[in-house]
Amino acid sequence: MKKVFTRPESFNDIPMHYCPGCTHGIIHRLVAETIDELNMVDRAIGVAPVGCSVFIYNYIDCDMYQASHGRAPAVATGVKRVVPDGVVFTYQGDGDMAAIGTAEIVHAAARGENITVIFVNNAVYAMTGGQMAPTTLMGQKTTTTPHGRESDANGYPVKMAEMLSTLDGSSYISRVSVHDPKNINKAKKSIKKAFEVQMENKGFTMVEVLSICPTNWGLSPKESVKWLDENMIPYYPLGEYKVPAEV
Amino acid sequence: MRKKLSKVLMKGNEAIGEGAVRAGCRYFFGYPITPQSELPHYLAKRLPEENGVYLQSESETSAINMVYGAAGAGSRVMTSSSGPGISLMQEGISYIAGAELPCVIVNMMRGGPGLGNIAPAQSDYLQAVKGGGHGDYFVVCIAPASVQEIIDFMYDAFDIADKYFTPVMVLADGILGQMMEPVEFKENQEMELPEKPWAANGKRGRESKNIINSLYIVPEDLEEHNFKLKDKYSIIEEKEQRWEEYYTEDAELVLTAFGTSARVCKAVVDKARQEGLAVGLIRPIMVWPFPQKAFDKVIHSAKQFLTVEMNTGQMVEDVKLAVAGRRPVYFTGRPGGMLPIANDIFEEVKKLMSGGAE
Amino acid sequence: MARVTFREERCKGCELCTLVCPKGLITMSEHINSMGFHPATITDMDKCNGCALCARMCPDLVIEVERDEKKVV
Repeated sequence: MKKVFTRPESFNDIPMHYCPGCTHGIIHRLVAETIDELNMVDRAIGVAPVGCSVFIYNYIDCDMYQASHGRAPAVATGVKRVVPDGVVFTYQGDGDMAAIGTAEIVHAAARGENITVIFVNNAVYAMTGGQMAPTTLMGQKTTTTPHGRESDANGYPVKMAEMLSTLDGSSYISRVSVHDPKNINKAKKSIKKAFEVQMENKGFTMVEVLSICPTNWGLSPKESVKWLDENMIPYYPLGEYKVPAEV
Repeated sequence: MRKKLSKVLMKGNEAIGEGAVRAGCRYFFGYPITPQSELPHYLAKRLPEENGVYLQSESETSAINMVYGAAGAGSRVMTSSSGPGISLMQEGISYIAGAELPCVIVNMMRGGPGLGNIAPAQSDYLQAVKGGGHGDYFVVCIAPASVQEIIDFMYDAFDIADKYFTPVMVLADGILGQMMEPVEFKENQEMELPEKPWAANGKRGRESKNIINSLYIVPEDLEEHNFKLKDKYSIIEEKEQRWEEYYTEDAELVLTAFGTSARVCKAVVDKARQEGLAVGLIRPIMVWPFPQKAFDKVIHSAKQFLTVEMNTGQMVEDVKLAVAGRRPVYFTGRPGGMLPIANDIFEEVKKLMSGGAE
Repeated sequence: MARVTFREERCKGCELCTLVCPKGLITMSEHINSMGFHPATITDMDKCNGCALCARMCPDLVIEVERDEKKVV
């Protein structure tokens, strides 16, 4: 018999620290599959965020940096300028990228920095205990919005894919989800495309990935994928927001 | 390649740029701030000539994190700023120290706190020599007092950074940045420097991946890392103390000053010696590690110390620690962008030497 | 003919695989693994056609899938 599904070679075979059902594991795997398929493990250089996914540097078998909170795109910029033939990516959560790291992400995109950003949006600060994130939905209960997010006090969720796609420096911007196998396949294609665009030196690329956080949403993993489908996708529409010509 | 060994008239800020390029620096990331602007202006032109990269970042926070990335990839890289911008960089400097990356950070000090002003000051001494950011670390800190020293010390700054895998700060002030002096470019005495097998620039056939990191989640591991850093700092403290002695052999009163203040103090010593007063000067060249040895050396003849700074009293704390209660230590200084005046200091010297200290 | 292998000690019992199996072949075991979770398992291997949706959904790479290569007639 032929193996039709197995661990990607560039994905280290160690147990992951994520909570049961957390889809970071799926997104990590898609990045690792892409690294394998594009045969670039020797050139890939990743930048880990501060947040649950900080330990991605242990899981993916390429050179890695751990960046301070929100600064991954600046670190990636420094790396890419020194190693122009490196395939440089950041992996950031919504608190990291859409709150404390807004200046870094916006200007990396504005410069057309030739890097790929994997942006994991699970609508909550997870590692620190389920606080409201910039991407928390209206009415969503978190530990710091116990009665649900209200616009008077907390304003509105940030739509990063839409925002970054307005910048001339951005090249490929998409939003995908990993709440079911069909969408996981689409997410994979999009991540791969983003890396390919970088490898063709076409500028800044970002894939926003909607992800579940059962622990901090207070739902089971099964309930969480349903919640994502019913609540997140209507506010954060999936699709390609910007595609460079000839890709 | 520019002509060697011929004197050129250069501004301090530009000299830093040229010195850095000659020391092999090919990457600069920075954000505009007065009074160091001539340095990025110079490098924006100069680095592309050497196939290097000059990049203007969106903030000092970003600049220092770009430095983190570039240093992690194994390059010679620097940034520069002044007080408020250096404060923003402290987070990144802490990460750089934690990850043991080499880089050079220039601080052309100005008046503070807050927005303060853009006039020259030595207001960031404590921030520079006591770590500066969060966590248990030190930054090697070199303080030039002339444009020639700026040039010469850029080699040293990069070499020390690469020798110990640590951030090095060049601590100067607006006067040194703006001042023009004739300088000579010497051949660098090449230091034997370690390789950078830890550089994360893609595995490229390497057996295992490299990770640039300052996270040690297990307390035992972080303790071990902290002790390892401490051992490194102890070696630096032992080997890298640097200072200039000026008429200290028989000095009864020893002035202590660095950078621009030290230039003023030299005039004070000259004047005092003309009048037959046994006054000398210790000028710390390295302000971290602080030149403890210089004080041990003069303590036999020194009866008292007077520290002169362009602030309200920062280095004087280290002078007191170095003197360790063996002699009285006094302070005089002008903050806010005002310069200590030689005549005022001389009056203070005369008062102290006639036993008239308050 | 297909074979699905669950690496039981890595399973965190999230049940996402049970949600996506088109034939509903995956259930959670009665016993617990070393991490204290009820690991996922397949009830009837003969009915599995090796579509690998379970493996693609698993966040912890617990599942490996093998399948007979299609015979060219």
